[in-house]
Amino acid sequence: MDGMSDHEHKHDQDNHPPTAEEREVRGYPLDLAAANAKAASGAGKQYWRSIEELAGDPHFEDLLHREFPRAASEWDESVDRRDFLKLMGASMALAGMAGCGRTPEQTIVPYVKAPDGLILGKPQQYATVMPFGADAVGILVESHEGRPTKIEGNPDHPSSLGATDAITQAAILNLYDPDRAKTPTFVGDIRTWAMFQSAAADLATSQKAVNGAGLRILTGTIASHTFAAQIDYLLKLFPQAKWHQWEPAVSDGAREGAKLAFGRYVNTVCRVEKANVILSLDSDLLGSGPGHIRYAKEFSRRRTLNGPADEMNRIYVVEPTPSVTGSAADHRLPLRASEIELFARAIAAKLGLGGSVELSSKDAEKFAEAVAKDLEKNKGASLVVAGEQQSAEVHALAHAMNAALGNAGATVYYTDPVEANPVNHAESLRELAADIHKGKVDLLLILGGNPVYDAPRDWAFSEFEQKLKKVHTVVHLSSHYNETSEFSHWHIPETHFLETWSDARAYDGTASVIQPLIAPLYQAHSAFEVLAAFTDKPGVTAYDAVREHLKTVLGDGDNERKWRKTLNDGVIAGTALAPLAVSAKFSPASLPPAKTTAKDDLEFIFRPDPTIYDGRFANNGWLQELAKPVTKTTWDNAALVSPATALRLGIGRNIASRGGEHGQVLTSVVNIELSNGKVTAAAWVVPGQADNVVVLPLGYGRKRAGETGTNKGFNAYSVRASTALWTATGGKLSVTSDEYPIACTQYHHNVEGRKIVSSASLEEYKKNPNFAHEKDETPPVGLTLYQNFEELGYYKHYKWAMAIDLTKCNGCSACVVACQSENNIAVVGKDQVMRGREMHWIRIDRYFETGPTQKDEDSEVPALANPPAYFQPVPCQQCENAPCEQVCPVGATVHSAEGLNDMVYNRCIGTRYCSNNCPYKVRRFNFLRFQDWETPSLKLIRNPEVTIRSRGVMEKCTYCVQRINNVRIESEKDNGGIGREIRDGEIVTACEQACPSEAIVFGNANDPNSRVSKLRAQQRNYNMLGELNARPRTTYLGAVRNLNPDLEKA
Amino acid sequence: MSEGPVNSPEIPRLPRVLEPGYNYASVTDKIASIVLTRPVSMGWLAGFSIAFVIMMVLLGSIAWLFIKGVGIWGINIPIGWGFAIVNFVWWIGIGHAGTLISAILFLLNQQWRTSINRFAEAMTLFAVACAAIFPGIHVGRPWMAFYMFPYPSTMGIWPQFRSPLIWDVFAVSTYGTVSALFWFVGLIPDLATLRDRATNKAAQIIYGMLAMGWRGSARHWHRYQSAYLLLAGLATPLVLSVHTVVSFDFAVGIVPGWHTTIFPPYFVAGAIYSGFAMVLTIAIPLRKAYGLEDFITMRHLENMAKVMLATGLIVAYGYFMEFFLALYSGNKFDLFLVEQRLHGPYSHYYFALILCNILTPQLLWIRKVRTNVAALFIMSLVINTGMWLERFVIVVISLTRDFNPGAWGRYQATFWDYSTFIGTLGLFVGLLFLFVRGLPAISIAEMRELVAHKSHEGHE
Repeated sequence: MDGMSDHEHKHDQDNHPPTAEEREVRGYPLDLAAANAKAASGAGKQYWRSIEELAGDPHFEDLLHREFPRAASEWDESVDRRDFLKLMGASMALAGMAGCGRTPEQTIVPYVKAPDGLILGKPQQYATVMPFGADAVGILVESHEGRPTKIEGNPDHPSSLGATDAITQAAILNLYDPDRAKTPTFVGDIRTWAMFQSAAADLATSQKAVNGAGLRILTGTIASHTFAAQIDYLLKLFPQAKWHQWEPAVSDGAREGAKLAFGRYVNTVCRVEKANVILSLDSDLLGSGPGHIRYAKEFSRRRTLNGPADEMNRIYVVEPTPSVTGSAADHRLPLRASEIELFARAIAAKLGLGGSVELSSKDAEKFAEAVAKDLEKNKGASLVVAGEQQSAEVHALAHAMNAALGNAGATVYYTDPVEANPVNHAESLRELAADIHKGKVDLLLILGGNPVYDAPRDWAFSEFEQKLKKVHTVVHLSSHYNETSEFSHWHIPETHFLETWSDARAYDGTASVIQPLIAPLYQAHSAFEVLAAFTDKPGVTAYDAVREHLKTVLGDGDNERKWRKTLNDGVIAGTALAPLAVSAKFSPASLPPAKTTAKDDLEFIFRPDPTIYDGRFANNGWLQELAKPVTKTTWDNAALVSPATALRLGIGRNIASRGGEHGQVLTSVVNIELSNGKVTAAAWVVPGQADNVVVLPLGYGRKRAGETGTNKGFNAYSVRASTALWTATGGKLSVTSDEYPIACTQYHHNVEGRKIVSSASLEEYKKNPNFAHEKDETPPVGLTLYQNFEELGYYKHYKWAMAIDLTKCNGCSACVVACQSENNIAVVGKDQVMRGREMHWIRIDRYFETGPTQKDEDSEVPALANPPAYFQPVPCQQCENAPCEQVCPVGATVHSAEGLNDMVYNRCIGTRYCSNNCPYKVRRFNFLRFQDWETPSLKLIRNPEVTIRSRGVMEKCTYCVQRINNVRIESEKDNGGIGREIRDGEIVTACEQACPSEAIVFGNANDPNSRVSKLRAQQRNYNMLGELNARPRTTYLGAVRNLNPDLEKA
Repeated sequence: MSEGPVNSPEIPRLPRVLEPGYNYASVTDKIASIVLTRPVSMGWLAGFSIAFVIMMVLLGSIAWLFIKGVGIWGINIPIGWGFAIVNFVWWIGIGHAGTLISAILFLLNQQWRTSINRFAEAMTLFAVACAAIFPGIHVGRPWMAFYMFPYPSTMGIWPQFRSPLIWDVFAVSTYGTVSALFWFVGLIPDLATLRDRATNKAAQIIYGMLAMGWRGSARHWHRYQSAYLLLAGLATPLVLSVHTVVSFDFAVGIVPGWHTTIFPPYFVAGAIYSGFAMVLTIAIPLRKAYGLEDFITMRHLENMAKVMLATGLIVAYGYFMEFFLALYSGNKFDLFLVEQRLHGPYSHYYFALILCNILTPQLLWIRKVRTNVAALFIMSLVINTGMWLERFVIVVISLTRDFNPGAWGRYQATFWDYSTFIGTLGLFVGLLFLFVRGLPAISIAEMRELVAHKSHEGHE
């Protein structure tokens, strides 16, 4: 019998709760006097774990020996010393708390007073924005009893108009990322926030003494004016402190180009809907950069075809590597990054802006000629856009061309910068590094960002981590304990944007309030709070700061009312920045001769990754597993080269037999030596890329990203020099004999002459509006042995259908992540993707328009030099004659009265026959237990309206049947319980909701006035693989491209 | 009636089905001794031990499968069916020969079947047992596999009877039951013989119970023969139906390479083809090991070779028709399939299949090859391999490239695919080893009949 049970024994005998008196007797009367005496008498330093120990309490000694690890002293021999020490450590730590007895507080009570508008079981939506660089995407966040689960676009917000991109959709996963940092730490040891605050106060005091001469702040681009105001306040307190900015994936080109053209920093805002002709100079206008969601929306609205009489806009894209915009372009010219400037000059010269340029290739010359003519023809209704990664000169040229074409003020306008305090980031970081090098910096606050990982590697920045060691105290605020945190003293977990108050400005300057949907899950703090800890107002909360700042924005009057309206709308109306009256004073002739690269030299260009961006989303499984729009690779980046360059360098690729075209491709490993750095990367061949260009996507090769993102791909930052941030030459690429497996979800890019994608030029469409039905072999209705559901009385009321306009889809993949978020779709990891087992319910197939399959790699090269690309989102086709339903032995996939192919998960035994028999291969099988059932934080992200599928069950797109039923319930309750028809557009599927191009339309095909019926009635509407007579409810509208007759090849 | 060897007038050049010199007693002695008196040989022990170890591999593989899920195999999207279904069809095919020999040849009064029918039937049962494992374990949730049976569910839910997999359930279970019954009924007189001859008490009891009171009276024989004939009549259509239904799994599907009306006859022919190959694979070592050359004579081997040649040609016709119909119909998916068969990433499998199933058996036209035991043994192995490849080509390769090029994929078997397959081989061989030691591998009663026939012939 041990010491504890002595007392317990007495309890057993008494069998009644002890009185205070009894407790006194039975407990351990603390001899405080003895403790004090002992403390006083102790010579030198003493460490004690509790007052009991200090007092030499025998009970404590006993407890120490016995209490927690009852078996500590009789532990079996096999335990090694390390485990034993661990156990004893735990024992001691807990022994100290023996008197405490506090159980975690858990209160389970119903809402006595429910929050406004809350009906339990019904999700609520809150408006907020997601800050992203110099932009903010307006979103509505679905919340289930206080648990945000899904992000959707906010139709009232200018940068969203109701749509989102893939990154915004996936941002919610970052909130629940189990690898997030959970508590503040000081050199790796856990600290409390109060400890940080007091340390910060001390640091501030010592900085105060030198006017902040040793204080530096490093942030990314800041679009929150509240935060900027706070930094300004701090800089006032510490006049000699400095604020630096570094955003690794945003070029200084746009800022410096504006300076070159206008003599000042401006923000460029496009009005894409007004442009008839767009020239993109390496700009991914529709796929990335501030405002791209809105631009994609406006762009696609100009491509709405209701019939052959309609007109479309036209876009030309000149770019080194295919982007989303380039792949959707009417005409695309692959040019090396360094030749873009020459091309821009050539166009400028043709537009009469002076200078004269000879383009090296005939094709480019012809292209430039046609583009210039088209731009001229559409003066005031054309648009020239320069790419984010392009040089200041190209941006300046674009401004000059827009001015010359009369586009400024029409299709494009300029405002004050959206970002607070625009600076040249490269310069800013260089300055910081120099200061650190000189030993000038004592206290560095890194608020967000990860410079140890993403700072340029050359000169002052080489081994940024070494620099950090020179700084007395580095405070790092970030969501994860990342590469930079390791070299920082203090690390503070950063709140997710759904956990904190803030504000942000959109691409056009429209201000919004970021409102939290959930209290911070961990001991996370916002940048406001961290910064406030160094000021004389350390207790300021983010809420206070935002409200204080907004007083200036919202103006006087009923502030509270305006504030509430702001929160409700998710946007502060009328805060868009006013157009500036600036004009480009810039002559291309004044430019120094353009830098060119010798034709055969390899050019290395850096690009943010299309899914994980600059690396900040590396630990986001949804984005990692999302196939990159053009390459269709997942979980890795790769050095991208053109087919001809691959052939020249001897870069090979083999389709692995495991997974094959739908999973795994083995590709050559290359060594790249560039800018005094070296990196080993997998190579990947991209049709349509310019020759002799190697694209190095940023964001991979993380060493401390978390379980999902660590050690994936290669780190392109390690060969990135500050002098060649975007385009580098003089590097060497050597092909090794090694092979690397890349998880690629679609490697076959040819439709093999099948009725998969129908396409035509606008001219052809006008001549033959029925082009999508050419060679259509769809048999007449009724020519089937399958059950005729219509005769059985199905489809009487609603007949759900989806139409996808291939003219509009640009492959951005927002729908894929939206579906994943809405339908609780599992992430399976690279290994499983390589076995062809990814779970996406909607996939985007990418096809290139080439001749029949070329056997010989040599002959393939010209065909793939610049092939037009088509994107085809493929959800379940919800066939009327569904081949899957026929073969299921247990009736787990059945036809609903409204025409859905319903999956009955708990009936499914997993024969996979349905998937074999599905001609579209849209079914997904849980080969293993792919869902994470353990991680607590991931339980929170799940949509409670959708079943979590376990292993051995088939699953697939349901047309978001939960959304259909939610709306149905509402409609049936309406009219005082009499009910009404569901209105068109009332049901919005997750993919449709997210789509920035409005390419996906869902509705009731029985209603002749519904949008989907109208689309289905169009001649462009066709069935994929119609000859199979599956009669899919998901139909496609043929892709139409507005080709310039001058450029059409004979 | 002379007791000595009987020299019956044989048809010239046709080898005998029973070597001369046997009478009732010697036939019985010879066959029953394998079970009753011969000591356990080292060879049997070694062979059975190896088979047992491989059986344990099967057990381990299935345990791991149940723990992790079917994802341990190489299947994926688009290839939802892999080794499991290939093995299923292969084993079911092998399971055709036994009943065919017993029932159809019995009805056709082919005497030469006598010495091989018993172990061919046993082989059938064991092959069906091996096959029956796969549909049960290949599903994602094997603990729910009973949903495929039409049991009276309280929810009133029935299987989906339009699905060929349900037809499979009935076809295979019926075939298994009837084959087992047929085999057992045929065994009864022999079990009684064993009961009577056994010296060991336990054996007497076990064989006695299994013999079900057989006393060998004329009435018994009369009823026995009626029952046997009826069962033969019942089993005959099943031989044809089971693989027909198995072929529906594919023929009813729309996948190019599956969706063919020729599948039922072609599958049945293929099944008999592989079944006879497997009988040869077993008979040749068996007659060698137990000195049964007198019972399983060259005539048997040659006849089986002829059946293989005939069914092999039907199979070849099937391959040819697949090509012909693609070209004749001009269906682009079928044409593409033909192109893929010849030039696709898996073309080497197809050529190996042609080599094994079409080219090699042509040697059987030559009598010298038909009567060469070693050549027949090798050929039987080649044909078994070829038939496995055929199922692989049909099931797996057709799925790799079907309608939607964006979803094309490839298949590679994993360690667990192979271990499960090899494990069933172990199970099959292990059961055969037990069978040889525990039951008369050749029907004693029928062999005695053969002796009787011969002696009658001799006196006519």
